[in-house]
Amino acid sequence: MKSAVVVFPGINRDRDIIHALATVTGIKPVTVWHGEQNLPDVDLVVIPGGFSYGDYLRCGAIAARSPIMADMRAKAARGVRILGICNGFQILTEAGLLPGALMRNSELKFVCRQVKLKIENNRTFFTSRFPAGAILRCPVAHGEGNYVAAPDTLRRLEGEGRIVFRYAENSNPNGAINDIAGIINEAGNIIGMMPHPENMIEPLHGAADCRPLFESLKEAA
Amino acid sequence: MKAQIRITLKKGVLDPQGKAIAGALGSLGFTGVENVRQGKYIELEMAETDVEKARSQITSMCEKLLANTIIENYDIELA
Repeated sequence: MKSAVVVFPGINRDRDIIHALATVTGIKPVTVWHGEQNLPDVDLVVIPGGFSYGDYLRCGAIAARSPIMADMRAKAARGVRILGICNGFQILTEAGLLPGALMRNSELKFVCRQVKLKIENNRTFFTSRFPAGAILRCPVAHGEGNYVAAPDTLRRLEGEGRIVFRYAENSNPNGAINDIAGIINEAGNIIGMMPHPENMIEPLHGAADCRPLFESLKEAA
Repeated sequence: MKAQIRITLKKGVLDPQGKAIAGALGSLGFTGVENVRQGKYIELEMAETDVEKARSQITSMCEKLLANTIIENYDIELA
């Protein structure tokens, strides 16, 4: 499986996702700078977590208008898989590639802790190795992960099974509506999520609960 | 020409920062504050001298970048 990781100024989880992809899929991803015009020919593009442009204006707002995003849109329309983690999720919503928005955490605090995630939809390229309803431990680290969407958008997401991950067992860290932690687009090739599965794939991380997510990627390619 | 842009959260969108400010005002003894909403203020210096052209340019800027119209409204003043 060939993959690319896009790096924007202020992104700081790029090495974590590169390590996770290389470790689990066996192939090191290509790194692409945001100022490039073209993405390489790959099966998967990942936008990692971090604080692109220091979260100026709104989280992800400036990065979503970077030169590389034109080709990202074109590749997304052609069915290339895209995964946005944390700031990557914020960038995808700001770019209009995923619906809704991520607002300030309801408690106004940056949260850095472990949560429980429920696999709501296991028919996606990132969750196929789990049974539906599986619960896994996963870390979060964000100040603006409070997912909101207009009522009709929310009804569609729920009705079409497009909630991929939900915070489980009262572990919602940010007030996200319906405990939404991650969603997928209508075509099924773009996933955005606030938690950091790349930081829970080996014993050194404390647990490897999220490793099957990356194994799912390999299976999908 | 100077443009002043106010960006505010739409009605119905929860504003935890506004709530925190309301709480702090209450604890300072300011009573009777019924609601607080926090927004953003942006000033632009424009080379454009035609008011209508400037307004149309800034509207486009707000739609494309300055505001997230899923959760925010914007208001433009030109002087």
